[in-house]
Amino acid sequence: MMKRANTLSAFSTLLLVLVSLLFSQAALAQEATGLDATINNVVGPVVAPFVNAIFYSIPVFGTSFPLIVLWLVVAASVFTIYFGFIQFRAFGHSIALVSGKYSDPNDAGEVSHFQALATALSGTVGLGNIAGVAVAVSIGGPGATFWMIMAGLLGMASKFTECTLGVKYRNEYADGTVSGGPMYYLTKGLAEQNRAVLGKILAILFAIFCILGSWGGGNMFQANQAHAQLVNITGGADSFLSGNGWITGLILAGIVFAVIIGGLKSIAQVTEKVVPIMAIMYVGTALIIILMNADKIGWAFGQIFAGAFTGLGIAGGMVGALMQGFKRAAFSNEAGVGSAAIAHSAVRTKEPITEGYVSLLEPFIDTVVICTMTALVIVITGMLNVDPATGMYVWDSEAGRIATEGSLTGVELTSAAFGSSFSFFPYVLAIAVVLFAFSTMISWSYYGLKSWTYLFGEGKTTEISYKVLFCVFVVIGAAMNLGAVIDFSDAAIFAMALPNIIGLYLLMPVVKREMQSYTRKLKSGEIKRYK
Amino acid sequence: MSQVYVVGYDGSPSSRRALDFTLELAAESGGSIVLAHVLAWSPYSFLTQEELAERHVRRQEELERAESVVIKPVVEQLADKGITVDPVIRYGNIADTLCEIAGDKQAAQIIIGRTGDAGVVARIFGSVASALAQGAPIPCTIIP
Repeated sequence: MMKRANTLSAFSTLLLVLVSLLFSQAALAQEATGLDATINNVVGPVVAPFVNAIFYSIPVFGTSFPLIVLWLVVAASVFTIYFGFIQFRAFGHSIALVSGKYSDPNDAGEVSHFQALATALSGTVGLGNIAGVAVAVSIGGPGATFWMIMAGLLGMASKFTECTLGVKYRNEYADGTVSGGPMYYLTKGLAEQNRAVLGKILAILFAIFCILGSWGGGNMFQANQAHAQLVNITGGADSFLSGNGWITGLILAGIVFAVIIGGLKSIAQVTEKVVPIMAIMYVGTALIIILMNADKIGWAFGQIFAGAFTGLGIAGGMVGALMQGFKRAAFSNEAGVGSAAIAHSAVRTKEPITEGYVSLLEPFIDTVVICTMTALVIVITGMLNVDPATGMYVWDSEAGRIATEGSLTGVELTSAAFGSSFSFFPYVLAIAVVLFAFSTMISWSYYGLKSWTYLFGEGKTTEISYKVLFCVFVVIGAAMNLGAVIDFSDAAIFAMALPNIIGLYLLMPVVKREMQSYTRKLKSGEIKRYK
Repeated sequence: MSQVYVVGYDGSPSSRRALDFTLELAAESGGSIVLAHVLAWSPYSFLTQEELAERHVRRQEELERAESVVIKPVVEQLADKGITVDPVIRYGNIADTLCEIAGDKQAAQIIIGRTGDAGVVARIFGSVASALAQGAPIPCTIIP
């Protein structure tokens, strides 16, 4: 035990040294080459092997396919088959659980299934649904939407597996609070199978990747994109914010500081309430735009199906569309990454499997509903240039994507597609982007914190040190254009899927037993329906 | 069979008046009293990640507080006078839960006090009193 504490504190010291080194190095060279370039130069070569390993890609028909995406999709397919297409069979039951039909009235006042789902969703619904989909559709064509939906449907089985385990193997402390997630099911679940050492290694790896991911993709990337959209609506290059990301960063960091360190819950509560409203508004607006173009709905679905199997002129054809769709779904719903298992583990339920049923709705809402809406709006508003003679999309080989009006991509493409019907929408979108970014940051600060306390132990000092570092990264993320660092943090988030999915493969029989016993109880009437 | 009266009680002066009214009513008819305290709660509200993790503890604290601060003093006070009441503490939508308690106890009447708020908030969200007046399945007395 002592030895472990020593290695862990050594790890934290190393981390702190690295961070301070990063700052001092950067400060020294600022005048010469600019802060961003310096940090990229210092960090880039160090993290490049890790990034390259995680995103190791194989060339397929002229495009590259990262193996990590294959890892996620294969796992999702295995779980889908192993649990007998649980995402379709249990869909109705999931809805019944969320609407509280099986909740014991005597448990009123505890966290409900709906609350756990809503909170987990606010961590995943974000920039991926808005900006990421635009990238996928502009590179992979409308057909990418089809494959995105497929991957979203498969991902439901991964979430089901990991969230059931998250609740089953969580830690409950004497004061009644709970900590759960992959680090706990990897440790405890694999120990039950006499694989304690393997479990410990996987859990520690997961926790390290999760901390890094929480600082990067769950923080710096969000702050960076929120700043970009703020610059975009305040006048682009002429904006007072342009090139002054530290202003956005300091304000955001101040708010994050107030919430996670100052315990100012009201801000987080407001965001938690506004984010679902924003999501509903986003989907609502998308539906209105689609209905306004009702005559093109059939055509748009035709494009999506035709594109899915032929590519309609995009590079890589069907395979190109498939890869973009799979990639985007995996990036957006995080199924198999393990983060949702942390979020869902707080629910008090006698049957862990019920949380699995509830969580499988998450990829459905995130990917099958929200991402599809974005894609449909982009396709239906005609943002992608079509060659009238051939009916094929015009491929801009220089940019490596379909040509669009003003060569837009990412959040700007989505913004323009919505803006073509409602001119005020880019402003609403900017608010949505900032709020989504903020709620994602708050969620990831919690995921990271749980991994941090798993490694270094629960305690005020350890918690504060993590939270302070988290706030520092908000400023760095907004202020700088850190390609290398962002790549690294994306890689860290996907690296979480490596130990997590190995664990899921080993632990899936446990989930199956839970599922069978629950189904029996449901049939025998031992589990009652209250409403 | 004696009548059962459900009185909504939260320790406020108006709920105290409702209790006094119920005591008189029960004394006259020889009925029994259910002292109901409902903690406002919606399973569809949004919680932050930290609130999720702490919810179970908070709930226990809230229940203990309701028991010791709101219910226990009045139950003891009434016991000194030789009156026994049946205390119930529940979570939920206040009006709906009062109706549920009344149903469980097969009550003849619900008695509540009203706060007298007629501001914007009450206009928009309605008050417990107006919700009960509109939706209670059994007679309902609202004490000003």
